[in-house]
Amino acid sequence: MKKYILYSAALLLFALSSHAQIDPSLLRRVPKDSSGMQMNLDAVYNRPFLQIGKLPVALGGYAEANYQYLGEDGITEGHQFQMRRLTLFVSSAISKRIKFLTEIEFEDGTKEINIEFASIDIEMSPLLNFRGGVVMNPIGAFNQNHDGPKWEFVDRPVSATQLLPATWSNVGFGIFGKKFTKEWAYAYEVYLTNGFDDQVIANTENKTFLPATKLNKDRFEESFNGSPMVTAKAAVRNRKIGEVGLSYMGGVYNKFEEDGLMLDKKRKLHVVAVDFNTTIPKTNTAVNAEWAWINVDVPSTYTEQFGHKQQGGFIDLVQPVLKKRMFGFEKAVLNVALRLEYVDWNNGRFKSTGGTIADHLFAFVPAVSWRPTAQTVLRLNYRYQLKTDLLGNPPAKLGGIQFGFATYF
Amino acid sequence: MNKQFLFVAGFMLAVTVYVSCTKILPKAPADDELLDGPVEGLSPEQHARFIAGDVAFNDEVFTPATGLGPVFVATSCGTCHAGDGKGHPFTMLTRFGQTDATGNQYLNLGGPQLQHRAIPGFEPEQLPAGAAFSKFMPPANTGLGFVEAIPDASILALADENDLNGDGISGRVNWINLPSYVTVPANAVQQQGKYIGRFGKKAAVFNLLQQTANAYNQDMGITSLFEAKDTYSGLEIDPEVSTKTVNDVVFYLQTLKAPIQRNKNDADVLAGNMLFEKIACASCHTPSFTTGASIIASLANKTIFPFSDFLLHDMGTGLDDGYTEGSALTAEWRTPPLWGLGLSRNSQGGQYFLMHDGRAKSIDEAILLHGGEAMQTKQKYLQLTADEKRRLIAFLESL
Repeated sequence: MKKYILYSAALLLFALSSHAQIDPSLLRRVPKDSSGMQMNLDAVYNRPFLQIGKLPVALGGYAEANYQYLGEDGITEGHQFQMRRLTLFVSSAISKRIKFLTEIEFEDGTKEINIEFASIDIEMSPLLNFRGGVVMNPIGAFNQNHDGPKWEFVDRPVSATQLLPATWSNVGFGIFGKKFTKEWAYAYEVYLTNGFDDQVIANTENKTFLPATKLNKDRFEESFNGSPMVTAKAAVRNRKIGEVGLSYMGGVYNKFEEDGLMLDKKRKLHVVAVDFNTTIPKTNTAVNAEWAWINVDVPSTYTEQFGHKQQGGFIDLVQPVLKKRMFGFEKAVLNVALRLEYVDWNNGRFKSTGGTIADHLFAFVPAVSWRPTAQTVLRLNYRYQLKTDLLGNPPAKLGGIQFGFATYF
Repeated sequence: MNKQFLFVAGFMLAVTVYVSCTKILPKAPADDELLDGPVEGLSPEQHARFIAGDVAFNDEVFTPATGLGPVFVATSCGTCHAGDGKGHPFTMLTRFGQTDATGNQYLNLGGPQLQHRAIPGFEPEQLPAGAAFSKFMPPANTGLGFVEAIPDASILALADENDLNGDGISGRVNWINLPSYVTVPANAVQQQGKYIGRFGKKAAVFNLLQQTANAYNQDMGITSLFEAKDTYSGLEIDPEVSTKTVNDVVFYLQTLKAPIQRNKNDADVLAGNMLFEKIACASCHTPSFTTGASIIASLANKTIFPFSDFLLHDMGTGLDDGYTEGSALTAEWRTPPLWGLGLSRNSQGGQYFLMHDGRAKSIDEAILLHGGEAMQTKQKYLQLTADEKRRLIAFLESL
């Protein structure tokens, strides 16, 4: 026993006094692209990467964890500690104009493990790049720019995750490009990918629910119906005004034939989204907003529970109130923030009564966040949410505190 | 100093947030404002069963992959009974094909219930030409276990088929045939092999197991060990819901609390209660019963206030749809319990849809639609002053 303790102590001393195997001086931050104005299109590469020596591979990632105490109509699940995400990035410059990047995400521990992005980009010219692999469909801005450390709120916007299916990636190919002048930047993206499936209207959410398709893990292997989905986005940014994006995503979602036999007519869904972000110069207030409209061809013989039209979005306002050295962090920032969000999953009327179908949600989330560095955020949110059922009965009221951190590493 | 201050301030903030957590959560609605929730006195094991049934009833949504349809009315139990309250015209049922006690003549054409919705690729049922039909609004679920626990003898005691007391009210029992899976309790009263129905608009359902198995099958197209035939093909198929789940849902329905009266000491409510008795609403809407024995102790020997006699009454030609079930006549309807009436709007999207098919948009309108045996009472209601009517309605809304 004594021997064991001695060996253990020696090992511990050795470990404490020894150097790391990788010389930290060999680790270097990959410089960010500073060639022009950054847009949402660039978010996938606009992340802190770490490179080891002259290895052509850069690594990165982020983690988010939080505590929350929420209750709905007086009933709470108590104190919850959650490891929301651990995401790893690997990027590689295969040549000067050929890049590869992949993003692997572990959600809620290992409950969900997804390849969110794994694409090769080949630059023919700044205005013409080919991208292929697992791509993030550029619908709205959040789907492309979803890294936890970039946001002051513990939860992702409901409209992004419960209306749109962020994070939403599919296998496919496309092109993108960007052009900028002194004051303006223009960007576009067009992709053909695998798309949705009939879970959009056959799901346990009891509503038209695009995110239900994410349960179909086969979509990385084969298209559900053989019809490609189109996603396209155009965005423009002015150095003073901000960035506006207009995006579209659509295609056939159902299995209309099998083994050459007709099962149903082709049923399409269409999504249009507008996003906007800016920083108001006088106050330095960051504004980030997104709104999406969805139109789904639901069979008329199906239940009205599944809406033909949906819409929703959010606006985030982030106001830095203190920028100074804090606790030894040179450029720490204290922000106050507010998110307003709304989702209507069924924008229609009952056939039986002509009355308005409700099925909507409104939430406001005041927040305080502290950024010891730009890449790390500690955030304290209060969430208050009203969720109204299909019939428009008195809403379920949810509220409570969330506290967490998110950081790149 | 600055650092220390920030540390202390941060710590104080954290403590404040932690302590105030319970203060900032949205408050629970008052118990008497809700229809859901268990009866008092359940054991921990019974609470667990209640929760399992609650989840199956309110959260389990069927999809084509889990057996929905292919023709159906709704995708889940909770769709028709939001908050365990009355339904909305959106999920109204259409029953068709039976005009008298000889039975349903349209069973081979999709009867007795129209599944007017279908999963993609399938066509929903159409009402056969010439078939008599009636539309049924989904009822509230509350207090059903207590209703099930009322002894047959108590219901029979209120029956007066030939109006021997001469009050113009002649409630009678709907004698029904039971499906083979129903276990008949020892104290059940039988007449020529038929038993007393007490659930459903026509009192054509014996107990909550029959109601539940039938609803899975006819409303959602879900087969079970109890109702094994697919409503679309007519073929017997594998169960799409487990027997345990059906039993859990039955237990959930049995142990949902009875509605709690609100403002019961309010002067208008008290006056309205007296008017309710005075104009003889209570002749059919019997205020109270005492339950009998039950294997669920919380339901046994309890005084309940359903405001129904659970008997069939002729409600006149205005409410005669020409369709019926069991031995009920087409103009006969089971007296609907009035408990929970005032909370109906909270489950019907903010407005009333009353009477069997939701045609009445207010309590006043519902009273005025009463005919047949209730005609005398309606006449008395019409003679009330506006203030008296207001008090009577205040009482009904307190239930």
